Amino acid sequence: MALSMNAAADIKSVIGLFQDPDPAADAMDALSEAGFTQAEYEVLTGTPYPEGTFGEAEPVHKLYRFPLLGAACGFIFGLLLTVGTQIAYPVVTGGKPILSIPPMAIVMYEGTMLGAIIMTVFGIVFESRLPRLFMGAYDDRITEGYIGIVVTTQKDRISNAEAVLKEAGAEDIKRGWEGD
Amino acid sequence: MQEHIQLTQKEINRELLRGIFVWPKWWFASVSFLILVFLVGAGAFGYMINKGVGVTGLNRPVFWGVYMVNFVFWIGISHAGIMISAILRLTQAEWRRPITRAAEVLTVFSLMGAMFAAALVHTGRPWRAYWVFPYDFSRGVWMNVRSPLIWDPSAVNTYLIASSLFVFVALLPDLAIVRDRSRGWVRVMYSFMCLGWRGTPRQWKLQAVAGILLSALVLPVFVSVHSIVSWDFAVQIGTEGWHSTIFAPYFIIGAIHSGVSAVVTVMVLMVWLWKWDNYLRPDHFDAIGRLLIVVATTWFFFFFLEWVFALYTLEGPEIALRELQIFDWPMSGLFGLFLATAFFIPVPLWLFKRVRRNLLLMFLTTLLVNVGMWLERFLIIVPALLRKSPMIFDWGTYRPSIIEIFMVTAVFAWVTLGMLIFSKVFPLLPLFDIKESMVGRDEIKIGRRTVPASIRE
Repeated sequence: MALSMNAAADIKSVIGLFQDPDPAADAMDALSEAGFTQAEYEVLTGTPYPEGTFGEAEPVHKLYRFPLLGAACGFIFGLLLTVGTQIAYPVVTGGKPILSIPPMAIVMYEGTMLGAIIMTVFGIVFESRLPRLFMGAYDDRITEGYIGIVVTTQKDRISNAEAVLKEAGAEDIKRGWEGD
Repeated sequence: MQEHIQLTQKEINRELLRGIFVWPKWWFASVSFLILVFLVGAGAFGYMINKGVGVTGLNRPVFWGVYMVNFVFWIGISHAGIMISAILRLTQAEWRRPITRAAEVLTVFSLMGAMFAAALVHTGRPWRAYWVFPYDFSRGVWMNVRSPLIWDPSAVNTYLIASSLFVFVALLPDLAIVRDRSRGWVRVMYSFMCLGWRGTPRQWKLQAVAGILLSALVLPVFVSVHSIVSWDFAVQIGTEGWHSTIFAPYFIIGAIHSGVSAVVTVMVLMVWLWKWDNYLRPDHFDAIGRLLIVVATTWFFFFFLEWVFALYTLEGPEIALRELQIFDWPMSGLFGLFLATAFFIPVPLWLFKRVRRNLLLMFLTTLLVNVGMWLERFLIIVPALLRKSPMIFDWGTYRPSIIEIFMVTAVFAWVTLGMLIFSKVFPLLPLFDIKESMVGRDEIKIGRRTVPASIRE
């Protein structure tokens, strides 16, 4: 445990800022050539770019499972709610059956959709790796159009990463642990 | 042809965050006035609770008056957001980008307004509104699932939660932009709200998938909500004019008509008040104007069919009701006004490109549509109840009291107030969406012409 905490303390991040996509993509290539794995660096942008613009790996996600799970839970909840409440308090109105399918279907339908939507949103947040308590290496200029390449690696390799980013044309380089 | 104005991300931030960081005098004046109107409505509500529903114009046989009209009207307006946002997202219409957020937010506040108009006001005993929820524990009484008054809250609450989550998910990247532009406790607040958004490719990919997936999930809810509202009426077999099989699609298309019109009204106000004319171009008004022609014409076709189906049976009471609606004063006057404002004035005007690109005319015509659509709901609800029906042995009349008028006005104030306050706290135009369109924008030369083009995956 103590060993893993020490290892975590040795992990640091650094960000290089680029104004244009081309040098940012070159920096990603240079990091790869310098021996950094794809897990060690990532690109941050203030706006979505087409997938693969910076040569990054295509993100894999399992979001589509979430609405299915939510819909199933919502349907079961709606079924139990409509059947359970009508059996628990059976008031006959207009000579209609206590368990009347059409009105039950309405509530069950809404339950199904609500379950699917809530779980989808949960899935979006979860799969986006949010919430993130610590920002690490980040710069406010990213949401002004700058492209940030963040390298998160062992402390002793940080200077190497900084050199690669500088070589690739980074306008500014910031260390995550030093703050603004 | 799409008119393109190329701006840097810094310029977009500065212009679109003006709504949050600049405090114009008109904003304070408008908010103060709207709070006053809302408080007057709240006071009227308190008075009604204290004295009883006898202070309203509601009496046998007209038990549903302007409160219910207001409920149906605001549920209708709430269809704006999802119609504009979800359908245009799914079809990847480029011109949707600056419109979606305002439309979605309008959905949320109008749904809250409808809930206020119905759940809190119309029940008569609002302190028992929780009876519609599955809450028992001590009473031993559960809600009756077979009642439309249970279907309504289940559908409206689902729609409200879904719309709010839809807005929240699409807000995350923009909240990060506001976070990066603010300092102190404001920065902490936005950091908390954006959940630590950084803008990794993974987050952007999920954001794109979320837009499509949530649109696809919210659309069926959107269809169900106004269908269920229409069944509040259609399942009542004893009331002429209501027991119609076409009511569900007729209500939905009517909701879209009034909702999309309301979005145009809001768009014009955004240009006038926040000077966002670099983003809401005449092209956008042109495109949405053409959409409005299609929607309005479809709505009019359903309206026509509803009348044909009603009269085709040649049943005396049904014909008598229709005569009351179109020949007896004051209903005849309201009916004429409704038809003129909801269809015959705006639609022929929208056929002209010059009108569709004219902000003032679009503002006035879309306002007219919503005057007409409010009257439409009034003419569906009130005349049908005025007449003697088999289970209620009275003929009646109805005149809304000042208390009702105050409360109806308060809901209008609430929705406007909600939009104004939202625009001070959150970006009302989706910055990241607009920036994305700028990134993928270029000009291509074809022969001797250079035309703007949008590049998308």
